Amino acid sequence: MQQIRGTSLLVKALQEEGVDTLFGYPGGLVTDIFDELYHQDDIKVVLPRHEQALVHEADGYARSTGKVGVCLVTGGPGAANMVTGIATAYYDSVPLVCLSGQVASSLIGDDAFQEADIVGITRNICKHGVIVNDRKNLGRILKEAFYIARTGKPGPVLVDLPKNVMVELGSDEYPDKVNIRGYKPSTKVHIGQLKKAVDLLNTSQKPIFLIGGGVNIAGAQAELTKLVELTKIPVVTTMMGKGSIDTKHPYYLGNVGMHGSYAANMAVTECDLLFSIGTRFSDRVTSKISEFARNAKIVHIDIDSAAISKNIKVDIPIVADAKEAITAMLNYVNEHETGEWLKQLLSWQGAHPLTMQSNNGLTAKKVIDHINETCQDAIVVTDVGQHQMWTIQFLELNRNMQLLTSGGMGTMGYGFPAALGAKLGNEHKTVICISGDGGMQMNIQELATAVAEELPVIICLFNNSSLGMVRQVQTLFFEKNYSSICTRRRKSCPRKCSGTSDQCPPYSPDFVALAKAYGAEGIRVTTEGEIGAAFDQALKNTDGPTIIEFIIDKDDLVLPMVQGGKPLYEMILEY
Amino acid sequence: MEKRWLSLFVENDIGVLAKISGLFSGKAYNLESLTVGMTEDETVSRMTIRLISDDETFEQIKKQLNRCVEVIKVVDFTDSPIHMKELLFVKVRKCSKGDLDELFRIAEVFGVSIIDYDKESVLMECVQTESKNNALITLLSSDFQTIEVVRGGSVAIESISITER
Repeated sequence: MQQIRGTSLLVKALQEEGVDTLFGYPGGLVTDIFDELYHQDDIKVVLPRHEQALVHEADGYARSTGKVGVCLVTGGPGAANMVTGIATAYYDSVPLVCLSGQVASSLIGDDAFQEADIVGITRNICKHGVIVNDRKNLGRILKEAFYIARTGKPGPVLVDLPKNVMVELGSDEYPDKVNIRGYKPSTKVHIGQLKKAVDLLNTSQKPIFLIGGGVNIAGAQAELTKLVELTKIPVVTTMMGKGSIDTKHPYYLGNVGMHGSYAANMAVTECDLLFSIGTRFSDRVTSKISEFARNAKIVHIDIDSAAISKNIKVDIPIVADAKEAITAMLNYVNEHETGEWLKQLLSWQGAHPLTMQSNNGLTAKKVIDHINETCQDAIVVTDVGQHQMWTIQFLELNRNMQLLTSGGMGTMGYGFPAALGAKLGNEHKTVICISGDGGMQMNIQELATAVAEELPVIICLFNNSSLGMVRQVQTLFFEKNYSSICTRRRKSCPRKCSGTSDQCPPYSPDFVALAKAYGAEGIRVTTEGEIGAAFDQALKNTDGPTIIEFIIDKDDLVLPMVQGGKPLYEMILEY
Repeated sequence: MEKRWLSLFVENDIGVLAKISGLFSGKAYNLESLTVGMTEDETVSRMTIRLISDDETFEQIKKQLNRCVEVIKVVDFTDSPIHMKELLFVKVRKCSKGDLDELFRIAEVFGVSIIDYDKESVLMECVQTESKNNALITLLSSDFQTIEVVRGGSVAIESISITER
């Protein structure tokens, strides 16, 4: 056995775990590790410009490749800046290993320079967190971190690395097995319970499948499609479940929830059997709990036993991996007679199809329609806000199209860095980021990373000079008291401004000039006719990112909308 | 809402207590008492937890605890035959001669040890169930003016031969 430094064992661990890309921001407490990385050629080290964005980049990389995303930051502020990124990954079950530098063990507790108890800070927002107190545990802890991150319900794992441990000599052995007595994730499905659920399915008159993100994470899209085609039972998805079945599939009714389609929300309300797979019944999905699926028996398949009967009481709980469960189901299901029920669903769909009210001039829908027409094989990443909801409503997904979005946390600033991570993991795919003028500003500095890494990501920036989702809520529920949502506001503006005045600058900031300042390209689009040409120009820029800024009307709303606390069937359909 | 008991086998590691108590506070679960100590295996600690909750929340709490990597096993003691005791110290001060006599009588009747005293103070040690300790505190606080109470929280273990609680 050779004696090597902790830093060498870390790099060896990354190599053995097959890590090809690491998102790292150096600092005083991790200089030894960065020196070790300098001396190897297997792992590409990307330098983001902020640690929050760094974690989102690793997150976009992980979601789009299915591999574990790896982050490396220094202690104190570097570690603290990761918090939002970690929480975002935790809520959406994204496998990450986040490595943070820490002051030497002997200094911990002294309020040393850049000392922060990051394990304590992140305890409730990561799957597991641990500090390496002893060089002899380093290999085991790293092995366990990767294992915990990617197995069971995936999630972020934080490993805090004191400086002395990383320079200390010790074993060069990286274990090839793990045995954690408190962590034995099970994916196997209980067949008896599954048969009971299928019996219920066979005897129901008005069944519906509700599919969450778990099906996408398990990679069970093909199995789900087979299940739907075999049973002829219609499907609705949550936001995270979108794309688990081709959105053009005749049995697909759209998304449920706060901004779900009329047909999907009515289907969930009126069904007699809700067969749900891989969803945690978030309040954005259920809205008023007592009215959710009010006439239905509920089957719930989830890999996380704690997700079952947490928000919604279920009749048949099944703890299993979505892919294993659906595959097993295929052996027992039959074609279902859903004639009348299907007719009802289709009539709901016909009565209130998803659309955008304002159809004048340039709208988000027209841009997304252009993406639908021209892209068959792309990764679309959204930020958070109105543009996200429009994308989720209108973007068409097939097996070759992937959508990444911050669902559970709803983190503004997620989209652009996550798109960069997706591009780094999928060099040959078109990556489109859809963002807003609010969210883009929350990690705008990543333009520098994108330019440096020569990442030809297309950023569709919908600029309505507003924090549009909040503005929409103020329009609908706060008598148009537009409090703190205008991004063009100046000191000289009237305190209670209701909208536009002649004094307003046309936009703030000038995103086209800003793109150029970073060495990226910027195109401003103000009319519908320019959409195609702008995309063509952006696609030609293969050396770096292009921002296409679409100037849209700030009065465009995301509809339908269910007000918080109201039942799903009480949708605001027009305004 | 009912009183519940949990016995947790956890890794004897730094931060595990914070993890468990943080889970309760972060998710707004009720936590009445929590005791922790090392077991015969020095890598394992056992926690005895008392809480009040409804059935659904209790199920959720058990699942959330089970999800923690540091938790090796969750055992529900609510309906099991167990032995359970809590250590209680009560210091009674400013006692008259009559008070002292009364306290020694109380100690005899209630099975409490007097482990220290002087002319005007008495220190009692009581290892009883939590509810018997509650009763003793109620009695002492009604009859004596200055009492100081330190409680340890309950520890519990499955019984060997008894089948009722």
